[in-house]
Amino acid sequence: MPKLVPVNQTRVTFLSRSVNEGYARAVLAAFLTQLDPTVPQLADIKTAVSEAVTNCIVHAYPGTLGPVQMDITLFEGGVVRVVVRDRGVGIEDVARAMEPLYTTGDPEERAGLGFAVMQSFMDSVRVASRPGHGTRVTLVRQLERRA
Amino acid sequence: MAKVHFVAAPGTLTAYLTGEIDHHAAQALRREIDAQVDIRLPELLTLDFAGVTFMDSSGVGLILGRSRRIGALGGQLTIQSAPTNVRRMLDLAHIHYV
Ligand SMILES: Nc1ncnc2c1ncn2[C@@H]1O[C@H](COP(=O)(O)OP(=O)(O)O)[C@@H](O)[C@H]1O
Ligand SMILES: [Mg+2]
Repeated sequence: MPKLVPVNQTRVTFLSRSVNEGYARAVLAAFLTQLDPTVPQLADIKTAVSEAVTNCIVHAYPGTLGPVQMDITLFEGGVVRVVVRDRGVGIEDVARAMEPLYTTGDPEERAGLGFAVMQSFMDSVRVASRPGHGTRVTLVRQLERRA
Repeated sequence: MAKVHFVAAPGTLTAYLTGEIDHHAAQALRREIDAQVDIRLPELLTLDFAGVTFMDSSGVGLILGRSRRIGALGGQLTIQSAPTNVRRMLDLAHIHYV
């Protein structure tokens, strides 16, 4: 793989309130307009990022609020990288957390499919987590050229 | 922002969902749907997704939770008019739709 050359970058930080799920998607969509993505491509990336941000809001800070940071970097050749991180409780066993249907949330509300959605909608998903320190999810997607 | 409006007929309740269904919206939708179900006790609850412009896995949680709940009350849930983006999410969750 050739070395990725960044061409543009933005960062937003917000509190882990659920109303910010829509805010994060709006920021992402606005920043990606410069790449003129197709509607399905934009939908895929928005959905994956919504999952990562929602996880920080639902799981990272049980019973309290904390910061969520989203970094979006655009590379030459139409590669999009989104890094979503929190300073919350972290994940003890990342491999297990990423298994489809696995959830520690309210089973009445959570489907346990967030990581499965990220994996199916992005080219690559990396998760780094330290219990007690937080979690970082890195999502990468290469935009296909328009026909 | 997501919204829901209801159309009831004898034995059936249809919830017409519109807007973006994420975890934030799903919390309010869940309360509204459950309240209507408790009042009307329908045999068939239909969730209509024609007006839904975005849905992540929180929508799947919403559907499965309502399905379990209506099942416990002796009723059934169906899904109708799901646009492509919603269908992709349902396929991933192995949820059937018409
Ligand atoms: N940012 C995070 N901080 C702490 N735990 C997390 C985080 N993201 C995911 N998890 C853990 O991974 C599990 C699976 O996540 P996911 O696949 O998105 O399903 P769901 O959100 O429906 O539980 C969560 O239930 C939670 O235990
Ligand atoms: Mg999740």
